Amino acid sequence: MTTDQTVGQSVDQPAEAPVDGQPAVAAPSDGANIDAAPMADSVAAGDVPVAVQHPSGSGPERLINELRHHPHGGPQLPPVGVPEQDLDSLIPANRRRRSKLGLPTTSEPEILRHFGRLARRTFSLQEGLYPLGSCTMKYNPAINEALVRLDGFAQIHPYQPEDTVQGALRLLYELEEWLKEITGMDRISLQPAAGAHGEWTGLRIIQAYHRDQGEGAQRDTVLVPDSAHGTNPASATLAGLKSVTVKSTAQGLVDLDDYRSKLGPHVAAIMLTNPNTLGLFERDIAEIASLAHAAGALLYYDGANLNAMVGVARPADMGFDVVHLNLHKTFSTPHGGGGPGAGPCGVRDRLAAYLPVPTVEKREDAAASRYFLDWDRPQSIGKVRSFVGNFAVLVKAYAYMRAYGGDGLRQVAMDAVLNANYLKALLGRTFDIASSEPSMHEFVLTTKKAKDLGVRNIDLAKRLLDFGFYAPTVSFPLTVPEALMVEPTETESRETLDSFVAAVEQIWEEVQTNPDVVRHAPHETPVGRLDEVRAARHPKLTWRS
Amino acid sequence: MLKTIGVDSQEDLFASLPAGVRRAPELPEGLSEQELVEYFTTIARENRDLTQLDGFLGAGAYRRFIPAAVTQVISRPEFFTAYTPYQAEASQGWLQSIFEFQSMIAELTAMDVANASMYEAATATAEAAVMAVVHTERHRIVVAGTIHPEYLAVLRTYGAGRDFEVVELVADSGRIDPERAAAALDGAAALIIQQPNFYGALEDAAALCQAAHTAGALAVAACDPIALALIEAPGEFGADIAVGECQQLGIPLWYGGPYCGYLAASTELLRKIPGRLVGETVDERGQRGFVLTLQAREQHIRRESATSNICTNQALIALGATAYMGVMGAAGLARVAEISVQRAHHLAGELAGVRGYSIGFDAPFLWEFVLRCPGPASETLAKLRDRDILGGLDLAASGLPDCVLVAVTEMNSPRSLAKYVEALS
Repeated sequence: MTTDQTVGQSVDQPAEAPVDGQPAVAAPSDGANIDAAPMADSVAAGDVPVAVQHPSGSGPERLINELRHHPHGGPQLPPVGVPEQDLDSLIPANRRRRSKLGLPTTSEPEILRHFGRLARRTFSLQEGLYPLGSCTMKYNPAINEALVRLDGFAQIHPYQPEDTVQGALRLLYELEEWLKEITGMDRISLQPAAGAHGEWTGLRIIQAYHRDQGEGAQRDTVLVPDSAHGTNPASATLAGLKSVTVKSTAQGLVDLDDYRSKLGPHVAAIMLTNPNTLGLFERDIAEIASLAHAAGALLYYDGANLNAMVGVARPADMGFDVVHLNLHKTFSTPHGGGGPGAGPCGVRDRLAAYLPVPTVEKREDAAASRYFLDWDRPQSIGKVRSFVGNFAVLVKAYAYMRAYGGDGLRQVAMDAVLNANYLKALLGRTFDIASSEPSMHEFVLTTKKAKDLGVRNIDLAKRLLDFGFYAPTVSFPLTVPEALMVEPTETESRETLDSFVAAVEQIWEEVQTNPDVVRHAPHETPVGRLDEVRAARHPKLTWRS
Repeated sequence: MLKTIGVDSQEDLFASLPAGVRRAPELPEGLSEQELVEYFTTIARENRDLTQLDGFLGAGAYRRFIPAAVTQVISRPEFFTAYTPYQAEASQGWLQSIFEFQSMIAELTAMDVANASMYEAATATAEAAVMAVVHTERHRIVVAGTIHPEYLAVLRTYGAGRDFEVVELVADSGRIDPERAAAALDGAAALIIQQPNFYGALEDAAALCQAAHTAGALAVAACDPIALALIEAPGEFGADIAVGECQQLGIPLWYGGPYCGYLAASTELLRKIPGRLVGETVDERGQRGFVLTLQAREQHIRRESATSNICTNQALIALGATAYMGVMGAAGLARVAEISVQRAHHLAGELAGVRGYSIGFDAPFLWEFVLRCPGPASETLAKLRDRDILGGLDLAASGLPDCVLVAVTEMNSPRSLAKYVEALS
């Protein structure tokens, strides 16, 4: 185990060194002794000073392997309870692990304090506004976390016989019905684990469809706007399709002339986000769809921005053939520091046969409804993930939908668009807006005038952290110079939005009067500006390396 | 707010939508929180869960004891309401915990590096195949017929798109013969094995990896992380890429998800790894800190040339696994494994003594084994079901209609083992 002395923070005794004879299940005072680190004690303790923890959650935190080692730590486990056999007789010697397993053994109070300190070093939605454009960081209802902890959801195995999981199957069936109504699609697979996974699933379905039309080899290209999420072309590559970029107009909408010129018998699909990543509704969507269909291509809906449309307009009615949804965005399932999400993939009737197996079906018996998994779908693209999907995420999304109901979901979109436009009107007084087209749930600022004074968009973003806000999405979409993409969502109050505006205005003031304070931001976070170049040039990805 | 924006109504904000696309969904009214609890509790009760049934199902998802501390960590809103730590300075807690996850997976697998997580084991396996195809510029993946059938199915779906052929090696009594593997590996990008394999048996992993390397192919191994506390790690038996499932590490069964895949590799393959990587660096004051790194591999930078399309991963589940490994430590993990091994072998021994029953394969195993029944597996499982026992997975779909795959963990009490034997005696 390492004791990294280069970081300006001393660490505890080397883990291998036997520590005092404290009992394995450490008493709280034991943890306090180490972690609170009263300075007099620790400095007096020996040559290796004990780390001083900063009171406000600032400064680095030790790594878990640098915590005090408890040789007899770890949890109490039950006795074997059956006659034991010699392990060496059960596992051949040449199959046994040879190297020492370097997982530290410490005490429960120390572990929980460690993660407590890490939690304090993490800005979250629970702490304040998280206006990360395209990510829809809305409030995650507390009740949904409780519901997935019910034994009937948490303690069921994916291979249980169908008659023992009728509730789970019913829930999946009902969720599909709701998502069908919201998107206008005819069938939906809940199996994809995330948005990008749903994209790839949708593209595999589109390929299967073209193959059955006798055009599989010929239609090898996907058209993707230059403002699209990076996942779109990356998913195309993973599906074995080429990506061709469609230009945007100066206003940020699909350039119809460029689009027309790139359509043809080689095009399998067009992937669109609507509203797009500039937060603009593609007003020519009907024409875009009819041109695609006339060329024999299918229209793919990247559902990342459905929050502006939910309950208001349906992708199917816009002419889309395939959609994926990000349940962790529109339907509020927590983003979990990067996941888990869920990326259901929906299709129109003519594509339904290609959905991943299994689908969830209902059979009406005389007595009752019976739900089952249908594996017998010969045209299916196959499995895209093990088991049925991120079930607990699906439970949370369904609970969210049921809590809001049809009218409530419509209000979600209305309020998300209201909040974004309010913020845009106010921030537009300070910075330029990338497009003069009407905005939906998000908008993009271009901070070129700060750049003219030597302050980049990333500096502004970092400075916002000092004001207690997370930063907007930086430098995306790629079509907008010095972009900051702002999405407040519907769950923020006007008061919060006003305070965000005040922070941006003050930062702009600083750019003009004291640019260094912005350029070297953040100042109030647990660590200062981090050296990303060094991290990439000298990759240190584990504590051992 | 409307006045500030300069519109008369919220409706006006949607003026850019063509009339033809406007449509309110026909869905029921919303429920109060109390009604919501009642509704979902009713649905949950329509399931018979493993607090009511004695479960011996495994096959890639295992019921293990979850220390309350793990649940407490992943229930902290600071963690679950954040997103991918793009702003590193305000996300040090998350970044550090991912760094710890990467470090712990590297320790367990004895590999050089590990990423921040994959969706689950099947997609991690498929992504490892993509890495091998890119690395070797070969387009054939040879797969042990003893890997989980769903991993194989997902691999085939990926392969059909990413232009690689999947060749399945037929098993000999529940394992892969290294000589047979060697014969099939000519021109292959990778050999993929599972350890212990789908049937619970320990493969001759070192010989299989050797065969792959002889043919110039990469060796990919899918390994149960808890097993690695006892058995040879992929870094020890020569794997180039190790993948697997972290559900066993403190995550509820949840009917199949969310779980968390891991992917670890040798340094040579570092720049072909899919997904997020967290690296250590320093801040302006010289303090240690962590950032997302080597992002030039990823979709938001490289777009169509990225190593993968993965964006959202399973970070919160990986945090649960990190907390679990932290709480258990090396000794706790080994102890959990040993209890499972002892109980599984006890049950297997007892069942082998019941008339008509035998252990399917003569191979070393840990806590999962194949039980051969006197008739169709479904009849045995029905008999057990009458006693509220889910006896395991019917292997009919794997071409073994008289076999049941039985998994035993520390959650299967000695009493439940006796009940299992008694039901078949």
